[in-house]
Amino acid sequence: MIRFILWRLLQAIPVIFIVITATFFLVRSAPGGPFDSEKAVLPEVKRALEAQYKLDLPLHEQYVAYLTDLSQGDLGPSFKYPGRSVNEILGSGLPVTAELGLYALSFALFIGVLAGVFAALKPNTRQDYIPMGLAMIGICMPSFLLGPLLVLVFGIYLDWLPIAGWGDLPGDKILPSITLGSAYAAYIARLSRAGMLEILSQDYIRTARAKGLPEWQVVTQHALRGGLIPVIAFLGPAFAGLLAGSFVVETIFQIPGLGRFYVQAAFNRDYTMILGTTVFLSTLIVFFNLISDVIAAWLNPRLRAQFKGGA
Amino acid sequence: MSTDQMAHLTDAEDGASLWHDAWLRLRKNRAAVTGGAILLVMVVLAILTPWIAPYGYEAQNLDLGATPPSAAHWLGTDIFGRDLLTQILYGGRISLAVGFIATAVALVIGVTWGAIAGYVGGRVDSVMMRFVDILYALPFMIFIILLMVVFGRNILLLFLAIGAVEWLTMARIMRTQVQSLRQQEFVEAAVSLGLSPFAIIFKHIIPNALGPIIVYTTLTIPSVMLLEAFLSFLGLGIQPPQTSWGLLISYGAETMEEYPWLLIFPGMALTVTLFSLNFLGDGLRDALDVRGSKD
Repeated sequence: MIRFILWRLLQAIPVIFIVITATFFLVRSAPGGPFDSEKAVLPEVKRALEAQYKLDLPLHEQYVAYLTDLSQGDLGPSFKYPGRSVNEILGSGLPVTAELGLYALSFALFIGVLAGVFAALKPNTRQDYIPMGLAMIGICMPSFLLGPLLVLVFGIYLDWLPIAGWGDLPGDKILPSITLGSAYAAYIARLSRAGMLEILSQDYIRTARAKGLPEWQVVTQHALRGGLIPVIAFLGPAFAGLLAGSFVVETIFQIPGLGRFYVQAAFNRDYTMILGTTVFLSTLIVFFNLISDVIAAWLNPRLRAQFKGGA
Repeated sequence: MSTDQMAHLTDAEDGASLWHDAWLRLRKNRAAVTGGAILLVMVVLAILTPWIAPYGYEAQNLDLGATPPSAAHWLGTDIFGRDLLTQILYGGRISLAVGFIATAVALVIGVTWGAIAGYVGGRVDSVMMRFVDILYALPFMIFIILLMVVFGRNILLLFLAIGAVEWLTMARIMRTQVQSLRQQEFVEAAVSLGLSPFAIIFKHIIPNALGPIIVYTTLTIPSVMLLEAFLSFLGLGIQPPQTSWGLLISYGAETMEEYPWLLIFPGMALTVTLFSLNFLGDGLRDALDVRGSKD
């Protein structure tokens, strides 16, 4: 197991390094400097600004300086908000996005696993078709359409829930979490249905049934553990998707999280902010992929044995 | 894998029967046939748009403003008095074009990459596939946004950027196919006849791996269209004066309180198309028996 974790960690390091390097040079090669928009900047002022942001150095020295700062956890100052560092901005957005992601994922897991297991218990009946049909809708209904539609129905026509904000009004966290989570609920439902169908046909399930265990115990104590491996393996990639989804959901619901900051930075051409956010989010994504791989491996006895045997 | 090989063997024996079988099976799948039919209509409408659109693309009527659906404007008009049906038709042209062209880019890169890696094997294979593994771990949504910011919001770049993301899975699928195919007698025969690897890959291997390629292509198109709509919704994809379904949905969402039809109709166009493509893809997967579960 430790070998497996170390092996995956070793794979993650070059990925993060490539992300940092590629992002750095991409952003630096962008046409137009960050201070070009302020028309009346005196040449001396511009030079001073460039010196402050180390833009006067040759590119490779800027790169080394950036890596040095980064290794100390410093993502540099923001171009557009001169008083604030990228670290501060990320720090204020991260808890909001993390909370949103947590609610969305909990919603997705609860609804998805429930629907998937339910469908797998009676395959090719109405109990299977209805949740799976809904799952298909969930997959084909993008968040940027579902969000406005939910706002229209529950926020405006029925007037049950607030239409924007985060933590300002009671219940304003419900619609964003559902909007972000529903596509994942749909994927998880399909995955857990397929996983459960495969496990429920195994011999050890037949043994458990033959022992006279009630069906719900067969499902919860014997089948779920194996049947949900695909779901857990999916959670790593889903995390990247949730972050991307938060770009849209935070924009729709005006939530001050990482996603909205990233989109704003992209519009403002706030280069250090884009660079910092990309590096930060990428590291997070790689890290979560790693965790989900490790958990999936731990749950899968075959893979566990393979690495114990010293593969 | 063995049933897969069996399928290819029978294929070699009685000609086109695999495709004939698949067609018969596909025809029985009502969801897939409906999906295919809707898709066909969408594509024909998109191609014929300049001739059949009820109004000109740039025709405005500021006095009219936003009106709900009526006899003159079947899907209503937007705040500039532009006909929504016309906008959706023109937007569909772009959305579908992005879907098909970016998928084609992914197809060409992925199939070539996977075929070479799988056919050559050995160290070349492991280097090429390690490269794919590393790219897989990159957060691509963020990278596409970055590319659009750095190089400007250009539709050609959008095709390339999306295509460059989506080829990875294609390469993996292709490699697995090639690895199982290259062991077969007809490939050995082709080698002993002195055909170049290039000719073997393109004449013998790719045609025999078409099933999985077709299925995966059909399922890639909707995810590409979704990506385009996502970027356009954020304002980082298609730029005015061009339009796409994602952009129309984004405009519609801004004014949905007063003019809900501006959100609902473009949303329906996108959702129905994605639905059709997914059903068709699932149907093709079952019909072409891609997972090799023939029982």
